Amino acid sequence: MSLDSTDIARIANLARLELQPEESTRMQGQINAFFDIVTQISQVDTTGVLPMAHPVDAMQHLQANISDADAQGITLRLRPDVASEPNAREANQRSAPAVERGLFLVPKVIE
Amino acid sequence: MTELHNLGVAELAALLKNKEVSAVDVATRFLARCGGNPHHAFLDIDSEATLAQARASDAKLANGTAGPLEGVPVAHKDVFVTRDFATTAGSKMLSGYRSPFDATVVARLRDAGMVSLGKLNCDEFAMGSSNENSAYGAVTNPWNAAYVPGGSSGGSAAAVAARLTPAATGTDTGGSIRQPAAFCGITGIKPTYGRASRYGMVAFASSLDQAGPMARSAEDCALLLSAMCGPDLDRDSTSLNVSAENFSAHLNKSLQGLRVGVPHEFFGDGLAADVRGAIDAALKQLQSQGATLVPISLPRTELSIPVYYIIAPAEASSNLSRFDGVKFGHRAKDFADLTDMYKKTRAEGFGDEVKRRIMTGAYVLSHGYYDAYYLQAQKIRRMIADDFQRAFADCDVIAGPVAPTTAWKLGDKTDDPVANYLADIFTLPASLAGLPCMSVPVGLGDGGMPVGLQLIGNYLQEAKLLNVAHQFQLATDHHTQQPGAAA
Repeated sequence: MSLDSTDIARIANLARLELQPEESTRMQGQINAFFDIVTQISQVDTTGVLPMAHPVDAMQHLQANISDADAQGITLRLRPDVASEPNAREANQRSAPAVERGLFLVPKVIE
Repeated sequence: MTELHNLGVAELAALLKNKEVSAVDVATRFLARCGGNPHHAFLDIDSEATLAQARASDAKLANGTAGPLEGVPVAHKDVFVTRDFATTAGSKMLSGYRSPFDATVVARLRDAGMVSLGKLNCDEFAMGSSNENSAYGAVTNPWNAAYVPGGSSGGSAAAVAARLTPAATGTDTGGSIRQPAAFCGITGIKPTYGRASRYGMVAFASSLDQAGPMARSAEDCALLLSAMCGPDLDRDSTSLNVSAENFSAHLNKSLQGLRVGVPHEFFGDGLAADVRGAIDAALKQLQSQGATLVPISLPRTELSIPVYYIIAPAEASSNLSRFDGVKFGHRAKDFADLTDMYKKTRAEGFGDEVKRRIMTGAYVLSHGYYDAYYLQAQKIRRMIADDFQRAFADCDVIAGPVAPTTAWKLGDKTDDPVANYLADIFTLPASLAGLPCMSVPVGLGDGGMPVGLQLIGNYLQEAKLLNVAHQFQLATDHHTQQPGAAA
């Protein structure tokens, strides 16, 4: 399998990247060279293997190796849905390219 | 007395505590070393900001409220956000960016008393293994300026090797602490994924990114790591709720009876003869200190390259979508509409390697390709993690080379991204599994360039790794060797 220039243009659009023609050609060659080493993964039999999104997930399956106290701390969690940070709008917007009355400015979206 | 810049973290902390030198003296000495930015290691230096921190440290040393590392200098990789210095992550996208807050790791090291000398150069968004992907110019290797320092924490490794700072922070996604530490002849450790908070680390691949210290000895790394780690539950959902640990506590344990697993896949044809020689000698040294070498297998070592270079770019393409020219960072000057603004902003702000990874990531996540690439890679990732658990049934730590070769010449691999990826083969497996791992200098290869031994431990076994490295360093002097350029 090999990506052609149409594929590169489609992906660049998904990734919101404007590529110059010569950049596009160079990238096409480099990405295809990378996918040459990727083909080997399709040969691996992964029947029945659960995808691993995260190392914490792998650690949870091994809690036998870890002390009880530590094992309880090995989990992905969400914090309670309460405000915990002070309002620092001004500081947070100081590095924004365009701000007016505390709002981020972008080009007109709706006519 | 040895000159201040040749002292390590432990020695400087002791001098400061005994008031034999002041934090301002120490900071002034290191700032002078950094003048002219040797090796192009720094991206931001601000003497006034550093001296203000040093004066505050001196006040704490005077009134008895000093932290354990009060007044000892450190410098931070430029992917940690800081209030006192600009943060660019080595990218034009963030040129001049000032964070309104400090990363947790930065704040914790300051709480422990460390004084920041500034921000260290790195590959753009930590993507690279030579530092040549920095938008601000490459770092050079202190052992030979014609060679790369490794990456992505190349500025950190070069600064520590050249005695511009006694210690630095780094981040490791696929080897970015271990490989530059190896290439520059210093010691560095990446802890278990989740040990150190990722809050305030500019995100590259969130399921892999991990902070760690880089210094000239395992003893010094242990001091920094103890201060850096610990739960940060409200700010990082992947932070482990495992108590902070004193990693210096077990350094002096004997290696008698230690089982060192040696994976034969790390010693194949691709391993350079000079690296193999130095690693073999280091393994013999461990044996002479009472360790037993156990042959083990990590059969999917080679597969870790495509698996990592699918997963990391996929996560990067998602993380880097925040750079859109709206909330912070660069914005293109001329554009037709909102979408055009995004595309031009990102085209101007990102460098080649970052664009390639965003493209690769967007592709493997796109409709019709997700199962064949991204999901398949995640399944093999679990098999790689399982391989390690099978190996740890027979050994306490795993040892092998950090990289197949010593540092290469600047420019040698810049036109061939895949050649760079292949050179990451020995660091990627432990990263994918999320295991703690480190690099320890074990001598010089051809051309006098340093070789690093990689030690990999099971989850939460950082203290064991540091113990092994410290015992090795007590018996050998590789870690004390200095590059000529720093003399």
